[in-house]
Amino acid sequence: MTLSTFFQHALTGISLGGAYALIAIGYTMVYGILRLINFAHGDIFIFSMASLPWQIAIPLVCILTVALGVLVEKSAYKPLRSAPRMSIMISAIGVSYLLQNLATYLFTALPRAYPEIPFLKKIFQIGPVSASLVTFITPILTLLLVIALLFLINHTKFGMAIRAVSKDFETAQLMGIRLNNTISLTFVIGSFLAAIGSILYFTDRMSVTPFSGTLPGLKCFVAAVLGGIGSIPGAVVGGFVIGICETYLVAMGYSTFSDAFTFILLIIILLFRPTGLFGEKNIDKV
Amino acid sequence: MKTSKKIIYTIILSVLVLAFLFFLDVNKNQYGMAYTVLQKGIIMAVVAVSMNLVTGFTGLFSLGQAGFMAIGAYVTAIFLIPSESIGDVYYISGVSPVILNFKTWMDSLPSWIQAISPYIALLIGGLAGAFCAALIGIPVLRLKSDYLAIATLGFSEIVRAVISSPQMDTITNGSYGLKKIQGFTSLFQTFAVATVCISFMILLIRSTYGRAFKAIREDEIAAEAMGINLFKHKELSFVIGSFFSAVSGGMLAMFMRSIDSKTFSISLTYDILLIVVIGGIGSATGSILSALLVTVSKEWWLRFFDNPLYIGNFQVPLFRTGFRMVIFSIVLLIVVLFYQRGIMGRNEFSWDRIAENLLKIKKLLRRNPKEGGSKNV
Repeated sequence: MTLSTFFQHALTGISLGGAYALIAIGYTMVYGILRLINFAHGDIFIFSMASLPWQIAIPLVCILTVALGVLVEKSAYKPLRSAPRMSIMISAIGVSYLLQNLATYLFTALPRAYPEIPFLKKIFQIGPVSASLVTFITPILTLLLVIALLFLINHTKFGMAIRAVSKDFETAQLMGIRLNNTISLTFVIGSFLAAIGSILYFTDRMSVTPFSGTLPGLKCFVAAVLGGIGSIPGAVVGGFVIGICETYLVAMGYSTFSDAFTFILLIIILLFRPTGLFGEKNIDKV
Repeated sequence: MKTSKKIIYTIILSVLVLAFLFFLDVNKNQYGMAYTVLQKGIIMAVVAVSMNLVTGFTGLFSLGQAGFMAIGAYVTAIFLIPSESIGDVYYISGVSPVILNFKTWMDSLPSWIQAISPYIALLIGGLAGAFCAALIGIPVLRLKSDYLAIATLGFSEIVRAVISSPQMDTITNGSYGLKKIQGFTSLFQTFAVATVCISFMILLIRSTYGRAFKAIREDEIAAEAMGINLFKHKELSFVIGSFFSAVSGGMLAMFMRSIDSKTFSISLTYDILLIVVIGGIGSATGSILSALLVTVSKEWWLRFFDNPLYIGNFQVPLFRTGFRMVIFSIVLLIVVLFYQRGIMGRNEFSWDRIAENLLKIKKLLRRNPKEGGSKNV
């Protein structure tokens, strides 16, 4: 591998990682607050497939994704708040199953071209490395959004409410925090970031099918676990690590193993450092 | 109810089922749809019960079924591709010499072994699945609920990636899949294998091991305090569950006669989960019933959802390809949200229960004779 191809792949990897990081934040926030793997998270953004001119499509995708995320929370997760863990997980899987089948029904299972966003696709050349604008924008946008999010979480009242609810439902309620509003807010933030992440992710890809959200979704969950579930900086680091490793695996000709790698990484982390890189230790009391 | 009576009822029921199967087997050209759908249904029943054994009875939320099925299916398929069509199947990248030697060795075996080769193939497929489960179980079973789910889901994706990778082309035929697999000779063969598998699992659930599994499901710490070796029992349940998943994968390969790695994607696991949830998490007979019910309605009775429907000249909206699966996912969500018990809850089929229910209905009928009682039933 020459130096320029090395940089080329590094750039692609960082860009992919940025998109993963944005989606992973949604997982980590929802898990932090509800202790629930939101299996539907990866499928929510598939509904951005409807082809429209991009000027309308981008805001529409964000609004629809957020609305869908909240709708899923209200209809499928809220009724089960006190149910056993397994029921909630099955409900999440059920929602993911429904969204996939609904997307198949609405858009058919055939791959579709992703709406073209011309200015993001413009090719730039820096020295020997060339890439489309989206590749440069993604990591920058990711970092900006993450800084904004961290400010929101750490320095505003909403953020304080979210942190309180994720520590303890009942005590948070006693302090006058509206539980359901806070949880919905978490889904709004997570879904919004997922929408941005998905636009950045799919712009570099040729086509989408109703099932193409599942695997990136699961990978982003792995990213969230790698960084330590519940930790936002952790999710970002995890997203970048997985994005970069995956790109290099593909570059070395092991493209079929790039998906497998993510899961092997997951099993290794869970064994040696179940709390992830930045996660806090949780001790189960009897 | 007396035991002798129960035995008589059971015998009558099995004779009826056998007669029905015999009828179908004789008239299979006329009832082709029922024939195929029932075969698929009973195969799904095996894997649903095996998932229930792990998830419903031991409380390990494992989503790796599709992966174990893939292992079983590929091992069985490689065994059962007739040696004369090996060249046709692997026409793109050639066949590994190991398989060729193995095929010539198999052809040299005495004919009675070749006659029972499908059973040996299924058994070895199952053992391969169990072996992988034993290996993966050692690290993975230390994880709790949702982490276990994600790790097993990941494992099944790893299996799929390995199977479809170009490095395995000469063994698994990469993304082209395997074809021309020797199929079942009759409906009885499928049902016999399925019955043996399911009976074994039900007997296991009713043994002391089964009680230990249930204790682990209810409360791990209490179970450990009662002297149950947690890891040993979890591993046992996981390995046996995976063995039967792999066997059912082999049966699926024999049923479909051609497989590829896409057959065993995550959505297959979700389909099985749907069956288990509808049947009742923690009820083996519920899983069997719902496997048959779900498969039959999905593949046959509810097909009309996918076709445009006309009443007179008016085309009913919504009816087109994919609508069926939307309905199914909505049913799953409704069951999860409002009717978590499923068909059977944690109960098993028993004549006593049926008799009890009949008595209840009779009492209700007697109490409100004027109203006819039908709305109370």
